[in-house]
Amino acid sequence: MTPVAERQEPFVAAYERLKTSQSIGPAWLRDARAAAMRQFAERGFPTTRHEDWRFTNISPIAETVFAPSGPAPTAAQIAAHLFAEAKPYVAVIAGGRFAPELSSLDGLPDGVFVGSLAAALGSTSDRLQPALAQIAVGDHPFVWLNTALFEDGVLVRVPANTVLDRPIQIHIASDAATDPTVSHPRVLISAGDNSQCSLIESYGGPEGQTYFTNAVTEAVVAPGAIVHHVKVQRESRKAFHVAGTFARLGRGAVFSSHNISLGGGIVRNDISALMDGEGAEATLNGLYLADGDRLVDNHTVIDHATAHCPSHELYKGVLGGKARAVFNGKIFVRQDAQKTNAKQTNKALLLSDDAQINTKPQLEIFADDVKCTHGAAIGQLDEDALFYLRARGIGRLDARDLLIRAFAGEVLQQVQPAAIHDRLEALMLDALPRG
Amino acid sequence: MLLEIKGLRVKAEDKEILKGVDLRVNPGEVHAIMGPNGSGKSTLARALSGHPDYEVTGGEVLYNGKDLLAMEPEDRAREGVFMAFQYPVEIPGINNAYFLKAALNAVRKHNGEEELDALEFMTLIKEKAKVLEMDQSMMSRSVNEGFSGGEKKRNEIFHMAVLEPKLAILDETDSGLDIDALKIVSNGVNALRSPDRAMIVVTHYQRLLNYIVPDFVHVLSEGRIVKSGGKELALELEAKGYTWLEQGAAAR
Repeated sequence: MTPVAERQEPFVAAYERLKTSQSIGPAWLRDARAAAMRQFAERGFPTTRHEDWRFTNISPIAETVFAPSGPAPTAAQIAAHLFAEAKPYVAVIAGGRFAPELSSLDGLPDGVFVGSLAAALGSTSDRLQPALAQIAVGDHPFVWLNTALFEDGVLVRVPANTVLDRPIQIHIASDAATDPTVSHPRVLISAGDNSQCSLIESYGGPEGQTYFTNAVTEAVVAPGAIVHHVKVQRESRKAFHVAGTFARLGRGAVFSSHNISLGGGIVRNDISALMDGEGAEATLNGLYLADGDRLVDNHTVIDHATAHCPSHELYKGVLGGKARAVFNGKIFVRQDAQKTNAKQTNKALLLSDDAQINTKPQLEIFADDVKCTHGAAIGQLDEDALFYLRARGIGRLDARDLLIRAFAGEVLQQVQPAAIHDRLEALMLDALPRG
Repeated sequence: MLLEIKGLRVKAEDKEILKGVDLRVNPGEVHAIMGPNGSGKSTLARALSGHPDYEVTGGEVLYNGKDLLAMEPEDRAREGVFMAFQYPVEIPGINNAYFLKAALNAVRKHNGEEELDALEFMTLIKEKAKVLEMDQSMMSRSVNEGFSGGEKKRNEIFHMAVLEPKLAILDETDSGLDIDALKIVSNGVNALRSPDRAMIVVTHYQRLLNYIVPDFVHVLSEGRIVKSGGKELALELEAKGYTWLEQGAAAR
């Protein structure tokens, strides 16, 4: 096995290069990057001895030498990932950098900014300081890596009292060419008081290529704001995808996250919502599919730091082949968070005998006047239902797809914007384990 | 002949339930299969529909001259065999009308017919729904989910009306129905009687046969047909119960 220090070396070298370039950013960011790099260098990649990584062996990531970035994707490659039916404003990140030539942001309402994060750091750095690298915090080596190494990304800023008429799609494209590549895309969403917006964050790269996407998205949802976020992950089935979505909700804010994970070889999602103001409401839903020897790990955190906040969580998975999945759902209810109402459900369908899921709800409750429920169900397709469908003339595979569609529908039907429901369902059916 | 069952033996959970059943059904005929609990009535119905829990260990079944037992359940359905379930399955998340359209189009495709589009299908089901007094909400709800017992059975016959099978097998369709629901279901079934459609009506009680009057009645006991006759046999059973059968069996 490669010594730990050696495996980290390419990342340390990338950081040293970044330090001497413009992309390092303003002084406060430089400090944050230095601290993050220091933590990563000390701790290194997580191993399965680390509680949060117990069932997720990321050594294939740690042992791969990645080139910094691959060729730029073509407009046609991007087009296949765009949700045109929702008429989104489109911002593309390719190889970790905002790609204006592939984006289409015409017609954004006055005061709304969607564009290069690096450029914004150059011009309006002070306004980003309270948010950037302030929400994605905690003990997470890949987040440290992203914070230390991101060169660019996308900033979405919606001013107070502004309601966006169309969704914003941020597409994060990767391409590997000959050698595996790595990128650290960074997204910051800042939704002002009583504003409203809907975001589609999509990921993809050419099928069959090995690359590593290490992404972090932070969202500041100011008091009274409504932010709907859907992540559609369709990476190459040989790609590594490690990504975090971290939201901080102010008083009366509403945040919904739909984490739709269809591709990738090793996938780790961290989705987290901090209820930082009374009456905030969060929904963290997810749907994941895997087959072959793929792995998908979803870790969620809902941190009820303030009182009177409802939260809803529904995760569903469909696993075939020898696929493995992990679901870990943490719900913290702090001492002051009275009248919390938290509900968590996770369900998985195992289509084969060799598919496996490790699931762990983790509720830590320090307040006494709260309502928290959780439930987990893991099972096979309902044989009685399957037979009923077949006895009416529907073929075995079609019957199976119908049942899976019904199972997944509970999550997909809640996605905002609703205009992408049909497309998501079609993408899900395409990604279903076969045989 | 539409259906010819010869010496059918069927096992369920390692126990032999049917021990050599013979039955011949011509188009246009309605056959009632009666018998006490555990006699194998439902096993016969389920084996004919291809339920995976029932293992055929002997005999043969010819349907339109073809080996029915060699067909997958979906192929039996596409060839015109329909089973009205004793316990219709609830399927959350699948819209009843959508499901039925998929089923009908699978059958039509199999028969080389054009698939129906949404509008054609809606026109068709509106008409079929009238006889069974199905209201619109039963179409748009998930298949059988939250349906009352009577609604489930009506839905089964509604499926049958839409799919227009050649052979319909009704597995204890009367169980759990009050008299009003029984009348509605029976009307639905009777509306589907035709010279080229046969039915096998499995029931424990004669009550259903007041409304769906059979051409033939067969009594199943301990896995065999022990007596066959006309519709008057059902009345005789009603009067005498099934105990005479068991005594007869004990005497053998």
